[in-house]
Amino acid sequence: MNRLKLATVWLGGCSGCHMSLLDLDEWLIDLAAHVELVYSPIADQKTFPEGVDLTLVEGAIANDEHLELIQDVRERSRMVVALGDCAVTGNVTALRNPLGEARSILQQVYIEHGDPRGVLPSTPGIVPILLDQVIPIHMIIPVDLFLAGCPPSGPRIRAVLEALLAGTPPELAGGFG
Amino acid sequence: MAARTLTINGTLISARSNETVLEAAREAGISIPTLCHLDGLSEVGACRLCLVEIAGSPKLQPACHTTVTEGMEVQTDTPRLKAHRRAIVELLFAERNHICAVCVASGHCELQQLAVEVGMSHVRYEYLSPDCSVDISHARFGIDHNRCVLCTRCVRACDEVEGVHTWDIAGRGTNARLITDLNVPWGEATSCTSCGKCLLACPTGAIFSRGSTVAELERDASRIATIVAARNERW
Ligand code: SF4
Ligand code: SF4
Ligand code: SF4
Ligand code: FES
Repeated sequence: MNRLKLATVWLGGCSGCHMSLLDLDEWLIDLAAHVELVYSPIADQKTFPEGVDLTLVEGAIANDEHLELIQDVRERSRMVVALGDCAVTGNVTALRNPLGEARSILQQVYIEHGDPRGVLPSTPGIVPILLDQVIPIHMIIPVDLFLAGCPPSGPRIRAVLEALLAGTPPELAGGFG
Repeated sequence: MAARTLTINGTLISARSNETVLEAAREAGISIPTLCHLDGLSEVGACRLCLVEIAGSPKLQPACHTTVTEGMEVQTDTPRLKAHRRAIVELLFAERNHICAVCVASGHCELQQLAVEVGMSHVRYEYLSPDCSVDISHARFGIDHNRCVLCTRCVRACDEVEGVHTWDIAGRGTNARLITDLNVPWGEATSCTSCGKCLLACPTGAIFSRGSTVAELERDASRIATIVAARNERW
């Protein structure tokens, strides 16, 4: 049987949406019969593969690594789902937006409210560089489906996955928060 | 009171001559989304969520602020109105900082509920992310400007029901902000009687009781109408 190639991506979020996915408990075993998990924070795969059928994206775009990865995600996935409020609206990840640009945020966090002798983190090529504003993923790439919630509950994620596997339009009951 | 006959979404309805389209619709069991309207307060027509189409008028009219007339033909749920309503709710979300996941009103908020009703899957506009303050100088209540939609329900509840007028709006456009007295911290606004009517009237997490945390703020805005009715009818 040709199993659907599923990827899950963790951008600027708390991993709660992935926890919610794992909350599906034994249904994950049923799911495994229908999908092949080709990329995920819970799978050992370093680069985003080609030819993905469905990608669930948790988290907002908060740094240069996210910005790059989300382009690969779009190019290589047939369908992209924004999973959870951070991906859909920026949510808690975007709480820093009113406070100004990245430099001033780092200054406030690491120096003013941290250790006065602290330093601003700077490890080029290792720690990604923060963007000045955190943005929802649909501001960068076209998104096929929005599943709001912080996090969306396991049953809601399951309902969407079941519909997509069956090829029917998913019911997106529920809202933000 | 003379009666008027009109149609709403093709259904024949009779209403009293001084009623608004919103009142007539509600009596006929037709719901129209609202935000700045609150039973018991005067109408300001500020939010535009209740816009309806009236045959013969090129302009959309706010149902809360339009009186019924004889033979009026009203449409409340056309694709055009639905598109406008969704856009209005998106703009409200884009204008201030609404982070439902960490908001006192989550689960009990009229704006959050409206987003579901109008099918707002996401916000297509750029977020303004303004730097808004939170005033917790009052002993019992606080105001978080991040969540305020400028509906003026608090202004009207304080002015018309409590008879005080502690609240008003200063500034214009995106710089408009609620103020207490002559723009002093709420705790220093000597006109405030601490009655809590603004808290009852607020549809969002903007005005909150101190000490309430995420999703804890439950209140019953219909109590404003009850107070007004009790007064008018001398219960
Ligand atoms: S006021 Fe309502 S819409 Fe705004 S963050 Fe709070 S719950 Fe969400
Ligand atoms: S507590 Fe009462 S008097 Fe004070 S601002 Fe609110 S409505 Fe006005
Ligand atoms: S504080 Fe609440 S009631 Fe007052 S204008 Fe803002 S949203 Fe409306
Ligand atoms: S409810 Fe009619 S304009 Fe706000």
